[in-house]
Amino acid sequence: MAEQVRVKAMMPPGHVRTPAYLRGKTGVIERRLGVFGNPEELAYGRRDDRRELLRVRFSMAEIWGDAAERPDDTLDAEIFAHWLEPVKG
Amino acid sequence: MPHDHHDHLSPSGHPFRADDDVPLSYWQCMEIAIRELLIDKGETTAAEIASQIDAMDSRSPANGAAVVARAWVDPRFRAQLLENAADATREMGFDIGPLNLIAVENTADVHNVIVCTLCSCYPRNLLGLPPDWYKSRAYRSRVVKSPRAVLREFGLDLPETTTVRVHDSTADMRYIVLPARPAGTERLSESELAALVTRDSMIGTGIPLSAG
Repeated sequence: MAEQVRVKAMMPPGHVRTPAYLRGKTGVIERRLGVFGNPEELAYGRRDDRRELLRVRFSMAEIWGDAAERPDDTLDAEIFAHWLEPVKG
Repeated sequence: MPHDHHDHLSPSGHPFRADDDVPLSYWQCMEIAIRELLIDKGETTAAEIASQIDAMDSRSPANGAAVVARAWVDPRFRAQLLENAADATREMGFDIGPLNLIAVENTADVHNVIVCTLCSCYPRNLLGLPPDWYKSRAYRSRVVKSPRAVLREFGLDLPETTTVRVHDSTADMRYIVLPARPAGTERLSESELAALVTRDSMIGTGIPLSAG
């Protein structure tokens, strides 16, 4: 079973690269990408905050509900670990 | 009539583009000021900047097409490309810089398409500069919600049995679609195959040309 995660539904100010349309949505970890500079700090010239980056796969039904063209088409996005929370199965 | 003259049309019949006789924007002034300062202080030269622009302009989808054609003829390379696309393309001799690259493969059941909803992330080292529509709000906002409708506008009508996977380049990865090899191309050479690989087939908004 793929590991389920939810994107935190928070709206902090600043340079954030977690798309708003995915916040609060649940997906599965498609792959782990390794550690990268946190764009929220890089934007202000701070290079030492490094975080794990993951690719998360969402179903179109999860993102768009009934408006999805085909519910089991998917969307993958790269999300930093501090934006993800575990989902109890 | 080709010999008719009209003040507002070029000889090709298109309107002349208006001169940009407008004041520079704040950011244009800032760019010029910083560029001139860097040149004054000996950090770079105008020639160095021009040659970098040339290098950026000279990248074209032909680079990506060569990668795709290699993957079609060489199963070992294909496996390597899907495992670690950055290393595989570097080994082929492409200077992809620090690029992190993921190749996603189209099959009989799956069609992949790439977008960057936040800006215009694009595998420039392999495909050159992105087309204008790739950066448009219309493409970025619509392809994540209605990929099938958008692909139909590109002339690609996918059957219901095909799963569409959209890839939003939100962070450090760049993506290239490995399209399915067209039928009837068994006898083609690697370079003949590369000529069938269009830019859009590597973004996922198209498929390769057919043989012959």
